[in-house]
Amino acid sequence: MSDSPDSKRRADGGTATERTRGEELFADIDLRREHLKNRAFLGLIFAASMFGVVALALLLLDVVTDFYVGLTEFEISLVQFLTADGSRRPERAGFFGAIIASVMLMALTAVLSFFVGVGAAIYLEEYAPNNRITRLIKANLSNLAGVPSIVYGLLVLAALVNGIGVGPILLAGSVALALLVMPIIIVSAQEAIRAVPDGVRNGSYATGATKWQTIRQVVLPSAMPGILTGTILALARAIGETAPLLMIGALFVNRTPFGPFDRFSGMPTQIYAWAAEPSQHFIHLAAVGIVVLLTILLSMNAVAVYLRNKYETAV
Amino acid sequence: MSTDTDPGPGITGDAAATDAKQRNKRARQVLFGCAAFTVLTTLAIFLVLIDNAISYFYGARATEMIFLGVEPQSAVGLIEFLNVRELLAGEARWAPEHATPSHNAWPIIFGTLAITVGAAFVSIPIGTATALYVSEYASPEVRSKLKPTLEVLAGIPTIVYGYFAIAFINPVVLGPIAGLFGINIGRYSMLSGMLVVGIMTIPMVSSISEDAMQAVPDDLRNGAYALGATKYDVSVSVVTPAAISGIFASYILAVSRAIGETMAVTLAAGFNANITANPFSEIMTMTAYMVSMARGTSAIGTIEYQSLFAVGLVLFCMTLMMNLLNDWFKRRFQEEYR
Repeated sequence: MSDSPDSKRRADGGTATERTRGEELFADIDLRREHLKNRAFLGLIFAASMFGVVALALLLLDVVTDFYVGLTEFEISLVQFLTADGSRRPERAGFFGAIIASVMLMALTAVLSFFVGVGAAIYLEEYAPNNRITRLIKANLSNLAGVPSIVYGLLVLAALVNGIGVGPILLAGSVALALLVMPIIIVSAQEAIRAVPDGVRNGSYATGATKWQTIRQVVLPSAMPGILTGTILALARAIGETAPLLMIGALFVNRTPFGPFDRFSGMPTQIYAWAAEPSQHFIHLAAVGIVVLLTILLSMNAVAVYLRNKYETAV
Repeated sequence: MSTDTDPGPGITGDAAATDAKQRNKRARQVLFGCAAFTVLTTLAIFLVLIDNAISYFYGARATEMIFLGVEPQSAVGLIEFLNVRELLAGEARWAPEHATPSHNAWPIIFGTLAITVGAAFVSIPIGTATALYVSEYASPEVRSKLKPTLEVLAGIPTIVYGYFAIAFINPVVLGPIAGLFGINIGRYSMLSGMLVVGIMTIPMVSSISEDAMQAVPDDLRNGAYALGATKYDVSVSVVTPAAISGIFASYILAVSRAIGETMAVTLAAGFNANITANPFSEIMTMTAYMVSMARGTSAIGTIEYQSLFAVGLVLFCMTLMMNLLNDWFKRRFQEEYR
């Protein structure tokens, strides 16, 4: 293999001039060097792609180790951790209020963002004419997805929390999160709607159905699993968001919220409050909180993957 | 299924048909409203930020001046906010909450840029190499394991990365290295911020670049192989140039994300606004400043509260520029292989 071009040429019985021309042509190619270069390159990019994997492994290992140390050395009781409210004293601090707050936040965020998001996706996929307004909406959507999450917090802080004067309540937090995940929901819903074949739509039109009847009774039911998958993933993103909640002032609240108008501190903000403390006890509380948060995220992702797989095999 | 509820215009007569048409029209309007809502969100962000940022510079919000007739008075000058001369003299200081306040924003802008550039040095080479490996070299088996792993990396909340920085990267990884140079590393350091933001943006670079590389048709690869190119030649000189628009788009996206990144840098790089070349010292980004203000109890109307929005506006403009650059790139260098 390594000297194939030259040897082949010689075996063909080329004339002397041809042979020298051939040697000249391939003189500057050192196949061994080429092989070495290829090997080195493969080794390099393989090592680079393992960097991410190693980083992930280290991160998880670190969290799990701190979780374990927290349970054993600092004697954090999991039962108490999951049932007690937050506290300034590390040995009495729990996560219950934060979990409840995050669950309520997620439910409110889902309600606030789902209908508008899916509505916008339907408009863009089914109705929107190809004109300047549509292009503006689409360009704006991709821009909105790139706005830092902390800016949504600022918007709600100025407009709702202090503008209307509702204060740092749970509803304000869920408005910020809903605005934040709206572009994600719209884009995933658009993809789901686009995946519905046109034949299905045309069949519905052929029965005399209007466009809206077709969308509601034909397109949406078959796009729904995809839309739900996207929504769950978006909510998983929302539940881990810290910055917007911090901006609206959801911090240092230890009570469990009872409704959307209560002050609150969600899971990520509570983790932040603990991680920013200098005491090692609080740091390990944060690790236990992270394990709880990641467990919830993981199960949400599992549900999304299950939905996606079920849907894919059905079609 | 639809026959029970809607037998069709020919069967029920005109009344039902006009009713259905009306509903169709109304639905269209409502749905347009939903889509327009996203544009309103952007407008609201822009207006609210500008309105409140004006109060930082003129002592009153624009809306207060217009509707309540509050007289503008100069509070913080724009020149003071972005004073380049102080920056060059090394005297720039950002301390709006200090007893002797100083409003030169360059130290926190420097913080954001330093983290962004440092993170790019991590995420761009590693992300691109990962994309090349996954797209060109990896067997389907490895691919099917590597891609979900990177997706997990992308799905981890930023606060967890912040914890990783403060509990592992800074004390365990960087501490001993700093010790070699005789530097005592604190709780926070610039380098750990760069590393952690770099790690969290690797999946963005790798997944979008890989999509672009996958879109390069095999004909191009086979053509190069037919000319005697090696796999290295094909990856570096054929696939990468052909996918360059997507690859650059992924870089811009990663940079934009690093600029706006909040929790990880706050917990990794700290709260001390200074311009320094020492990677082991504590710095403050714009987002970290905003978090530090939110942590304190900054009441409405105070200069600290108003400064939030001035900084937020700068941040928003920076990411907006990146997003526009991304759009322009996509349109300018879009290759069509069909």
